Amino acid sequence: MGALLTLDRLNVFYGAIHALRDVSLTVNAGEVVTLIGANGAGKSTTLRAITGLLTPASGRMVFDGEDIAGVAAHKLVARGLSMSPEGRGVFANLTVRENLEMGAYLVRDRAAIAAGLERSFTLFPRLKERSKQRAGTLSGGEQQMLAMARALMSAPRLLLLDEPSLGLAPLVCQTIFDTIDSIKAAGTTVLLVEQNANAALKHSDRGYVLETGGVILEGASAELATHPRVREAYLGEGG
Amino acid sequence: MRATQKLAWTAATLVVLLGLNQIFEHGFGDFQINPYYARVIELIGINITLAVSLNLINGVAGQFSIGHAGFMAVGGYVGTYLTVYYGAAVTGWFGVGVTDAVGGSIAMVVSLIGGAIAAGVAGLAVGIPSLRLKGDYLAIVTLGFGEIIRVIILNIPSVGGATGFTDAIPITNFFWIFAMAILTIVIVRNLTASTFGRALATIRDDEVAAEAIGIGTTWHKVMAFAVSAALAGVAGALSGQLFANPLNPQNLNFVKSIEVIIMIVLGGVGSITGAVLGATTLTILPEVLRGFDQEFPGLRMVMYALLLILMMIFRPQGLLGRREFGWHWLRWPNRSRIPVALTEAGDTKAHTPAPPGDPRSALGEGDEEGDSRG
Repeated sequence: MGALLTLDRLNVFYGAIHALRDVSLTVNAGEVVTLIGANGAGKSTTLRAITGLLTPASGRMVFDGEDIAGVAAHKLVARGLSMSPEGRGVFANLTVRENLEMGAYLVRDRAAIAAGLERSFTLFPRLKERSKQRAGTLSGGEQQMLAMARALMSAPRLLLLDEPSLGLAPLVCQTIFDTIDSIKAAGTTVLLVEQNANAALKHSDRGYVLETGGVILEGASAELATHPRVREAYLGEGG
Repeated sequence: MRATQKLAWTAATLVVLLGLNQIFEHGFGDFQINPYYARVIELIGINITLAVSLNLINGVAGQFSIGHAGFMAVGGYVGTYLTVYYGAAVTGWFGVGVTDAVGGSIAMVVSLIGGAIAAGVAGLAVGIPSLRLKGDYLAIVTLGFGEIIRVIILNIPSVGGATGFTDAIPITNFFWIFAMAILTIVIVRNLTASTFGRALATIRDDEVAAEAIGIGTTWHKVMAFAVSAALAGVAGALSGQLFANPLNPQNLNFVKSIEVIIMIVLGGVGSITGAVLGATTLTILPEVLRGFDQEFPGLRMVMYALLLILMMIFRPQGLLGRREFGWHWLRWPNRSRIPVALTEAGDTKAHTPAPPGDPRSALGEGDEEGDSRG
């Protein structure tokens, strides 16, 4: 089990604001790793740095043995790193099926695209029912499913999920988290950024807790879930 | 379509266009077309080229450009310049004069290609720096570009400066105008239907997500912009060499760009047939309203503005919305079978079960033009 993604003392600035302070983390192949923390802790900034939307001031980012600092997001897809962006970002005017096909934009092999579609529909049977519908007409939960399925269409080795449970009803959240288990079982490594710390820790192997731009805690998810600091700050248990 | 079928269609289109051109330019028996109507039809053709090409960048790719007149000016002046200063030399190699039927066509081809290349290169120069950024920078840069081009032209005496390019040789005719309009429609339609066009549609819907699935958004936007600009250049070259219709920097200001935008907004942003309809309507409308000026001078433009306002109030999504006009419209009541109409039923469903506390479901989709169908 080697490290698929390693961030080493990453520093990112928004102008004068020091958004990430020496963030180091490792995602091993086959794991689900979660990044939890409050609003503004630097979770999304970390993902933006990984996907090349922000250029770090210092530090190293290595994906599959190659330095990816400053590599544009669209070029990372070809290397096997795919992201389901925050707020879903489905293509509202395309149908569900077209959205999925666009997820395989870089895949030239028709059989692989067909297999990807089949995989998506097995993972999310709801999407199969809706395949001819415009994505903009889907419910929030269905759009989230579509965004995840679309990110999987390029058959990535590492899937980045940015706040997949944001704004969803509890029951739908459960479906989404159960799917993360299935994605892991199918062999895809996942880096999950979540505000819902409880569920995220339940469905991941290891976790990192971010606060004001730095990692304050890391460890096995089961241990983090019982850590007093985490329980107090993120799981709603006072003192 | 198979290659032979394509060839047959192309040949048939050319024959029809040449036939119509013969009637249009030289009459048929005793029939002579009224020169006033002829001019309106010619302007319709040029405006179709302008509107359909602008639709590629503004409608399909969702990047707001307000400098279409600038690209029209670049292509128009370069194309006309080529004919005026090099036309005779080029046609001389073939042993014909610029004003002959054959010579005029040769000069026209050179002029159109030159104008398209010049405008396309200008499109690259404007697009590369401004389309790297996400957001409304393109609108600001294209607005500035249009004005810069206008001021530059004003100060070049060899193309007429402020008096306009009156040395132009009138080699534009019905055939070239409509051949180019059809070519533009075919190019934009094929691009839209291709993988490239699908990528543009994803950029329009969500640029970050497009990036996240591996689409190089900058490259796609710049290419679409350059093609759009090149086609505007073609329209410019046609317009500048129309009989008694010299290019004039005063007419190629940003008001002209806005006029083209109105055409595509009126027709339905993103719809090619909508752009054709919008261009046709907005070219004819001011002429139809001309009668008002005989009663009260100036009333025409008031009526024109009023009609535009009314159309935008009652059909804010444009005459066709995002839909394309086609034969399926005649198969009533089967219109619900076409995919876009199908989603109209879905729209109402999407607005009802908005999960509370989900800002996207409340705001996210509502601002899509396509969803505001009433």
